[in-house]
Amino acid sequence: MTLAEILAGLFPQGHSVTVRDGLVTGGGPFADKKLHVVGVDGDTPLGVDGALVLSRAVLDAVRAGDKTPILVVVDSDSQRMSRRDELLGLNECLAHLAKALLLADRSGHPTIGLIYGHSAAGAFIATALATRILAALPGANPSVMDLPSVAKVTKLPLDKLQEMAKSTPVFAPGIDNMVATGAVHVVLDPAKPLDGQIRDLITNLQPGDHRDRLGEERGGRPVARGISAAVITQAGRG
Amino acid sequence: MESLTFRHTTKKPLPGSVPNAITGVVASGNLEILLERVLPPDACEVAIETPIAGYGPVWEAVVADFVARAQPGGLRISINDGGARPDTVSLRLLQGARLMEA
Amino acid sequence: MAGAHAASTDPNALSWYEATARQRVVALADPGSVQEFLPPTERRMSPHLPLFDLPRAFDDGIVVGRAKLDGKTVLVAAQEGRFMGGAFGEIHGAKLVGLLRAALTLKPAAVLILFDTGGVRLQEANAGETAIAETMRAIVDVRAAGIPVIGLIGGRAGCYGGGGLIAGTCSRLAVSEGGRISVSGPEVIETNKGAEEFDSRDRALVWRTMGGKHRRLIGGADVFCADTVSAFRQAALDLIGRAPAFDLATLEAEQARLESRIERFGDCRDATDIWARLGVNDPEAVPAMATRAFDETVSRVREADHDAR
Repeated sequence: MTLAEILAGLFPQGHSVTVRDGLVTGGGPFADKKLHVVGVDGDTPLGVDGALVLSRAVLDAVRAGDKTPILVVVDSDSQRMSRRDELLGLNECLAHLAKALLLADRSGHPTIGLIYGHSAAGAFIATALATRILAALPGANPSVMDLPSVAKVTKLPLDKLQEMAKSTPVFAPGIDNMVATGAVHVVLDPAKPLDGQIRDLITNLQPGDHRDRLGEERGGRPVARGISAAVITQAGRG
Repeated sequence: MESLTFRHTTKKPLPGSVPNAITGVVASGNLEILLERVLPPDACEVAIETPIAGYGPVWEAVVADFVARAQPGGLRISINDGGARPDTVSLRLLQGARLMEA
Repeated sequence: MAGAHAASTDPNALSWYEATARQRVVALADPGSVQEFLPPTERRMSPHLPLFDLPRAFDDGIVVGRAKLDGKTVLVAAQEGRFMGGAFGEIHGAKLVGLLRAALTLKPAAVLILFDTGGVRLQEANAGETAIAETMRAIVDVRAAGIPVIGLIGGRAGCYGGGGLIAGTCSRLAVSEGGRISVSGPEVIETNKGAEEFDSRDRALVWRTMGGKHRRLIGGADVFCADTVSAFRQAALDLIGRAPAFDLATLEAEQARLESRIERFGDCRDATDIWARLGVNDPEAVPAMATRAFDETVSRVREADHDAR
């Protein structure tokens, strides 16, 4: 699905969402209220400038204080890899964007991620992964690193990695594996109206972070939940 | 990965009362050694996990030499190897035993 | 704890850069006060690394526990940069997440994170990436509960990738000369964009662009430390006492701070250009400055100190 198709599905009555330099901002009428949209389109890398454009839009929404839901749409490259971005503190800018989304969540704005294309690494963490619930559309392709690059770094043959990827979702790219680890909560049905599916996600939003429980249930992160629970138990003693 | 386990009988227990200690880091050419005082006072067991296969006899000799020198009775010693040379292994084993004697 | 008996732990003599994660924790804390959770004796090791024929560590490369700092209870996590580059794997990440979640009920005086990481462990990439996101959410919850989360950065792996984003989520950061904070590492930039964009073998360039001094001067870190455990201990105690709140006002201030940085320095090619615009008299002299002289230089830079984090 393209961004235009997504927006048409979300806002049958029209919207004010614009895309500039691959950065998505705006909103529209949604389920008797409003829905803010921020995000990255067109496989665009996210650098210091873009991160601050998006964080400003999120903070503006928080300041308005109306608890309007925020949809984070993502089809991005990874973080922008450049000397300038690192010089200017890309880590601070990406963290700031994530913090803005987490603050919005804490301030009563339902935050929903929607990944419909690619995303990777720092850009993924600062956007889609900083929402309360992350949905995907079929064909989405989040990755930390593609398999040929993994092969280069791990010095393992590509065909062996491809074989391992079938049984081990913990390292392989792709939407199914991010679903299995619990990072992606749900894959939406493109054949059904999108606005209803997003509305249902907002209505059924659960408090807390359930990604490790999902990862355990789905088998993509078999031990994380148990480990964090064991730390909490031991920390509670004496 | 190759797993090796060596069991020895010692003439005496390792002195001291430290229940466990760890030394070293799993890194290239290095290893970590976890020592636990959990066995009968005249027994010592050394279990090794190493990514470099085929060095069983070298490990056997290094461990036997360590046991003869340190008399580490009572210790279960577990090693995660990152490809350490035998002299590094010997050094770390003796370091570990000293930590347990404190 | 097992590591309480790990080699020399004199905090004045011990180099932070050279020390292991366990040595750092033991020497940083009040003597004898460290209590480790899921210690090495529990052997909570990666279920994934054997598939790659890689050795595992008994603690998966991170020490988490409780300790006292000047008599106050803190929770502490320390990454081991020498094991798999300190990278986030499934267990490694889950230990940090669990520690932060525990802070919500234990209400310690602070949570200290001793970063030493290249980012995500590729062999467990999806788990590591998700754990980083969980960590950031947990840090925000802990900060919003009024508990400072302090990052200490001076290890050999630096603080890269998702580690850099987690650092940017902390209340305060202390960094030493050897500590580097960045998202893309030098090799990653060079591999993807070419040596003209970033020559990873130019170590001076790496330190100028990502190193502790640059981060301190532009306000990316709050304290610059000498490379000793005692300096980091002093920094931690100092920073616990002046952690910014996590609220809209703080993030609005951070937005303004970062926008102003890009407006003022966005056209600079090199860190020395930025330092000159910050008012540093002799930017070329900064890399060689000793801690005291550097602190004096920092004290004249308005942008270095703020509550906008």
